[in-house]
Amino acid sequence: MHSPLQNFLQNLQILKKFPKVAYFRFGAFVAALLFIAAVILLSSGSPTQVAMGMWNGAFGSSDRFARVISTLCPLLLASCGLIFTFTAGLYNLGIEGQITAGAIASTLLLRLIPEGFSPAIAITLAILFGIVGGGLWGLLAGVLNIYGKVSEIFAGLGMNFTAQGLALYLVFGPWKRSGVASMSGTEPFSDALSLPTVGNTDFSPIALAIAIFALIVTAITIRATYFGLKLKAVGNNLRAAYVLGIPAIEQMLSSFVICGALAGIAGSLQVVAVFHRLIPNVSSNLGFLALLVVMLINYNPFLVLPIAFLFSSLNVGSLELPLSLSLDSSLSGIIQGALLLFAILGEGLAKLSKESAHS
Amino acid sequence: MKVELSHIYKSFGNVKANHDISMTVEAGSVYGILGENGAGKSTLSKVLSGFITKDSGKIVLDGIEVDIKTPADAICAGIGMLHQDPLDFPSLSVLDNFMAGRSTLGKKIGKKRSKTSNNRSDLIRELRQLSATFGFDLPPNDRLANLTVGERQQLEILRLLSLGVKTLILDEPTTGISASQKTALFTAVKQLAADGKSIIFVSHKLEDVEELCDRLMVMRQGQVIGESEVKGRESNELASSLVDMMFGREIAIPAKHEINIQQTEPALVIQDLQIEGDRLSLQIDKLTVNEGEVIGLAGLEGNGQQLLLLACAGLLKPNAGKIRISDVDMTNRAYSNFLKAGIGYLPADRLQDGLIRGLSIHEHFMLRQSHSGFLINWRDTRKFTHEAIETFNIRGKPSTKVERLSGGNQQRTQISLLPDHLNLLLMEQPTRGLDIESTLWIWKQMMARCEKGMMILFTSSDLDEILQYSDRILVFCGGKVSQLIDAKTLTVDKLGQAIGGKFA
Repeated sequence: MHSPLQNFLQNLQILKKFPKVAYFRFGAFVAALLFIAAVILLSSGSPTQVAMGMWNGAFGSSDRFARVISTLCPLLLASCGLIFTFTAGLYNLGIEGQITAGAIASTLLLRLIPEGFSPAIAITLAILFGIVGGGLWGLLAGVLNIYGKVSEIFAGLGMNFTAQGLALYLVFGPWKRSGVASMSGTEPFSDALSLPTVGNTDFSPIALAIAIFALIVTAITIRATYFGLKLKAVGNNLRAAYVLGIPAIEQMLSSFVICGALAGIAGSLQVVAVFHRLIPNVSSNLGFLALLVVMLINYNPFLVLPIAFLFSSLNVGSLELPLSLSLDSSLSGIIQGALLLFAILGEGLAKLSKESAHS
Repeated sequence: MKVELSHIYKSFGNVKANHDISMTVEAGSVYGILGENGAGKSTLSKVLSGFITKDSGKIVLDGIEVDIKTPADAICAGIGMLHQDPLDFPSLSVLDNFMAGRSTLGKKIGKKRSKTSNNRSDLIRELRQLSATFGFDLPPNDRLANLTVGERQQLEILRLLSLGVKTLILDEPTTGISASQKTALFTAVKQLAADGKSIIFVSHKLEDVEELCDRLMVMRQGQVIGESEVKGRESNELASSLVDMMFGREIAIPAKHEINIQQTEPALVIQDLQIEGDRLSLQIDKLTVNEGEVIGLAGLEGNGQQLLLLACAGLLKPNAGKIRISDVDMTNRAYSNFLKAGIGYLPADRLQDGLIRGLSIHEHFMLRQSHSGFLINWRDTRKFTHEAIETFNIRGKPSTKVERLSGGNQQRTQISLLPDHLNLLLMEQPTRGLDIESTLWIWKQMMARCEKGMMILFTSSDLDEILQYSDRILVFCGGKVSQLIDAKTLTVDKLGQAIGGKFA
């Protein structure tokens, strides 16, 4: 028989078998939690209460869980899009604008469709319009980047402002509700023009199916196709890829368009499944959240689902905090940001220790 | 300073870069470390200069064991290293570069040396005095970027000396510098040795080692194969024994094929070509190259050779003039047309312009292979890659990332990626930094291709290489070119003069 001490020591031996990177990742996670707890304490809250509150906010009822899933769908789509642009070495900060452009295009289609038209076809067309709208918005950022020599970061941010301005103009101008123009958006569409949901919740199986399908296609395209490999080549060394005969400009432009199109679907879903109208902030910062997701997973398509799920749970879970614990709702942003920054820090330290061990 | 290394071990993963290395360098002597690429020479010199920490072993300086963890430790202990590629700050002035490291090291070194000063006018004086000692001419206020690689090396040597270095490591210092700079460097090294400094000279060039070193050791696959006195041995006998040690076998120089210009067709015709580069413009009135010919582009680096190669490759649009290849007018056509016309390009900077960091050898082959369909055919490409690795003798696995390969194996990979059939191959410094074995292997491949009619245009800073393999030679000077000169009529001396601006 082994004594407890011996057992304990044996367990320590097992720990040694883990790669060092695992320790840094875990350490970073613990450090992030400690940091978040400190912030909560500073704003005179209780970390345990916040944790319970957030758990309840995300998983406390089927209604809330449905909201987590309905946030997850556009988040997954935007993350998939960003995997393409990141693989091509591009920081597509214009993702927010591409979501908005998709939402505007979908709304346009739904407003144009005469009453009594088959809702199924109308919604399908609305999503297709979203793809085209987002794709065009992405293409524009790409053209600015490649032919106009504007950094894709600034081109994207500029296009974000433009899309946001366009949405505001439409909501308060041509598409305003009769009588009252307000931030609450355009006149809601009839129930028939919404994606069917389960019971009275926000959960739409079709939206989830679309998002999962997009994720599978993305993973296959990036990992197992010539197109994905070429994107990776262009992203890692543009000059050498060009010299090797890879059409670098086409590859980069198509990554912009694909990312825009996927973001456009996300925008469509925001209209047909979540808000049922166009609101000024229709993207709900999901594009920026997707940037966090994709940076955290190191562009690995297989990790998108769990991390996106974590972030959408945090996002939805914190909605209740201002009410239940009278804490500021920006806490959710702090939590997500802290997780990302500490994760990147942990990754960097792991790399550093690996290099110093090597050299 | 006497340097003793005993039982140095260093591994990178499974690769034993240094396995039980011991050596002794006496004060006032030049010690050579000879070996092919990847033999572990650079690792050993980096261990000694603090860039890499050893796994085990002892470093003893003048009888005292030292612990060197960083380059700063090494400099404090009196060891300085001149790196293969200059590790300096091109955007700063010569004086700023001369001062680099002083403010941080000054405190540590200041205890040992009383003269340390950070006053600029004092430093200018010190730089001038040191330059004068070795006959160097380094204008203190010029931007470093305006200096040649050779001058930057000279500055780095002076900087290290001013920091009180007593042992100097030179890692492949003669790559990429002119013949006169090489002479100046060797004179300086001999002078330093005479002053009692110890010099460690790392190289794969036999003739350099023979000329400079008192004693040397040969490394192969991370181990010491043998040690030898240099002085007092017959040159030929020494060279052949060293080559035996470096490669463990005999090596034959590939035979140069004979081309009869009257009997072959002109396949590359350039007329009134004018190209504007960043620093100079190139003008070529007429150039005709025949099938199967090898044209060496001689000249100091940056005199327009690269512009011509890039224009012929379709990677640079000329401002005026015509380029015809195999009777097709290629002027101003897209790069993809050049690829289709069977034109290949091997850039000098392999990891910058030729290969893709982060991608494996296998992935490079997948990119290069013509393919149908959307999904990657893993089985076929893996088989193909295995075959290529065997054919081209690449030391790496299909899954090895290209940046992990040694220089010679990166060049083999670049060559293995070329299409089977080419009409024209453009090579920039095809064997720079490569050992003899890889160099000869590469030229053997190229000669075989030329016999099937492929033309080669290549640049090299090695005049022997240009004379050895070219049929005709084009000399570049300040954006102007000579007539094509038959290589048989030239000697290294004549070619050197022509490069200096005296076209025959």
